[in-house]
Amino acid sequence: MKKLLALILALVMSLSLVACGGSSEPAAEKPAEEPAAEEPAAEETAEETPAEETAAPTDVKIGLICVHDENSGYDAAHIDGLKTAVAELGLDESALVIKYNIPEDETCHDTAVDLAEEGCTIIFSDSYGHQSYMLQAASEYPEVVFVADTGDMAAGSGLANYKNVFTNVYESRYVSGVVAGMKLKELMDAGTVTDPYIGYVGAFPYAEVVSGYTAFFLGIQSIVPEAHMDVQYTNSWYDPTAEGEAANALMARGCVIIGQHADSTGAPSAVQAALDAGTVAYSVGYNIDMLSVAPTAALTSAQNNWSVIYKATLEKFLAGEEIPTDYAAGSADGAVMISALGESCAEGTQEAVDAAWAGIADGSLKVFDTSKFTAPEASDGSYVVDADGHVTSAFGLDADGDFVNDNGEAIVDGAFVESVLRAAPYFSLRIDGITELN
Amino acid sequence: MSVTKHSKEPLLRIAKRDGISRPKAYGIRIAAVLLSLVVSGIFIFAVTSLNPIQVYQAMFSGAFGSARRSWVTIRDAMMLLCIGVGLAPAFKMRFWNVGAEGQVLIGGILTAGLMRALGASVPTPVLLLIMAAASLLAGGLWGIVPAVFKAYWNTNETLFTLMMNYVAIQLTSYCVALWENPKGSNTVGVINQSTQAGWFPEVFGQAYGLNVILVLALTIGMFLYLKYSKQGYEITVVGDSENTARYAGISVKKVTIRTMAISGAICGLAGFIAVAGASHTISTSTAGGRGFTAIIVAWLAQFNTFVMVLISFLLVFLQKGAIQIASQFNLNDYASNVITGIILFFILASEFFINYRVIVRGKEAEGK
Repeated sequence: MKKLLALILALVMSLSLVACGGSSEPAAEKPAEEPAAEEPAAEETAEETPAEETAAPTDVKIGLICVHDENSGYDAAHIDGLKTAVAELGLDESALVIKYNIPEDETCHDTAVDLAEEGCTIIFSDSYGHQSYMLQAASEYPEVVFVADTGDMAAGSGLANYKNVFTNVYESRYVSGVVAGMKLKELMDAGTVTDPYIGYVGAFPYAEVVSGYTAFFLGIQSIVPEAHMDVQYTNSWYDPTAEGEAANALMARGCVIIGQHADSTGAPSAVQAALDAGTVAYSVGYNIDMLSVAPTAALTSAQNNWSVIYKATLEKFLAGEEIPTDYAAGSADGAVMISALGESCAEGTQEAVDAAWAGIADGSLKVFDTSKFTAPEASDGSYVVDADGHVTSAFGLDADGDFVNDNGEAIVDGAFVESVLRAAPYFSLRIDGITELN
Repeated sequence: MSVTKHSKEPLLRIAKRDGISRPKAYGIRIAAVLLSLVVSGIFIFAVTSLNPIQVYQAMFSGAFGSARRSWVTIRDAMMLLCIGVGLAPAFKMRFWNVGAEGQVLIGGILTAGLMRALGASVPTPVLLLIMAAASLLAGGLWGIVPAVFKAYWNTNETLFTLMMNYVAIQLTSYCVALWENPKGSNTVGVINQSTQAGWFPEVFGQAYGLNVILVLALTIGMFLYLKYSKQGYEITVVGDSENTARYAGISVKKVTIRTMAISGAICGLAGFIAVAGASHTISTSTAGGRGFTAIIVAWLAQFNTFVMVLISFLLVFLQKGAIQIASQFNLNDYASNVITGIILFFILASEFFINYRVIVRGKEAEGK
């Protein structure tokens, strides 16, 4: 009797204990519930449809593996891009299975296999480091197509069901550099700034980042030829704190424009704070429009329109055609762009931007025009420079790092051809005028 | 138990139980789990207006929805169990080994390094033995260092083992940078992807069969070791009272060092299983916080390695379920963390009610 009573009391106690704990938790978890709260309605209707969907001829399930969730601008661009592509192709959103916060380790393999087992016939992963795990899954599920976005292993993998896609993001980087250059010129003409010093917050010292900042820098130099730039790496794709700190460090060194190749709003927020505090500094972002976090500091952002890539890939896939092993698209297809110009942009920026886009479109403007930059002599023999430092020949691909050119010459008609030999960027020359700080 | 009568008895009093029958204890635990599901259900409905039953179904399907998922769940549970088994002797000795994370990583680094270096030249069965031996030694060393300092200079083992984690994490970062593939990706990628040299072979047609066999063998071995061996008895005595141990002629120093060598070695072996048997890569997330989660496993099971099997499965189940509901219902990580938190809270609270009873004023006489 005593024990039974104690048992009942115990239950009541624990219930009341947790009632307290429970009531405080939802308040603490406010941010979590907001995105969730708006979802259910859409999700419920979506949940209804799959049953009919499976019966329909357009029976397809598409998987997407995201390295972070929609809070990261980069992943948000992928998620929106794929959703748009799916909608434009007339598929129901329920055909999409998205896995969030999948780190670049064996979890990615587990997730890819899981998606394949769930019935996805085409699976995308959005981060560079996912690729070797996608490759492993691709070798185990030959009937499923695995697309490692931004990856570079497809051509060498020898697998028919393993693909890489990317955008010609260097084009939008260049044009965002033009915007920055216009601002820099305005500041110098006004005498506010004497040293055309640029800072760049990069994620990793890898070709994708090098190609991006070089294009950005060449865009600036097309307006302000004497500009020079420092690059600070954060060694993470998404780290708001580290990106903000890197931006602050660069501004402390005297940088007046801060570009970025990292996925958070850390750098633009830091630049806005500095600008508000009286420092002359402006920001050029990546992935998403930064005006919401840096209304007066943000000039523009280089953007990818992933929906173009996803749509083209899915179109081929749905039609039963072979998807190219490497697929890249640029401004001509609307796959890259820059976001709306901020209020701080210099006068005449729009015209300069339009001219740059037009030049890229008609081929008169080549982003990596070898006459526009010089480089020190290559220590590893991966490229050759003439007496003036202009590059005359360079490796296209050296995927295995053995300093042997694996896939053709990269210098064609006086320019480094980017994203042609493979989808992912491979421009990794360190040109004069840019210093890597770490 | 004697109850002192006060002139004014408080409404509620808490008293230690004399003991509780095993079925009753499990009754309380099961009731706690059920209650936690009800409370989580209320939370789910209040916050997302989703049907909690559907959410639970999704969690279940995330963990056991297909044969493949079940095997991944089993693999991860075995991993957690292995570390838990490694921690059991240390914690039973009241040696606060919070360094499992580092012990796992150091075993993992050696495994990955050997796999890379010898994959092309040494046949897989031999390589597996070499890697296992190396990871046992490395993990053991990582355990012995704080134990020696504790035994001879009475350093604080909690801080010491914790610091050793950071050393191992930094070493891992260094090796990842060293072995990066492809260059610049900041990951090692899948080691020996084409040759599969040094990977666990399939056992009974199951990729993770060997993981299960190894870990279950350790689980049974550790149970017997702790319960029936002389050394296991020494561990219990040292854990209960060092002075008693000394009086009984047990060398506390020797037992401390020996036990931590075993604890570290098993955690190191867990690193070997993680790399050679599951991920085939190494990163700072190879241990992935499991070195800490396993402490919960060991304590909740009160060092009974068979109960640890259950707890490991519960924790991994919750984690897999969380991933599934994030994807299926667009609930992000925080929502599933809350559910996991509620369930763990209830389980921990149930231990309180197993060890203590609450007495309401005036009911005592009646209850007796």
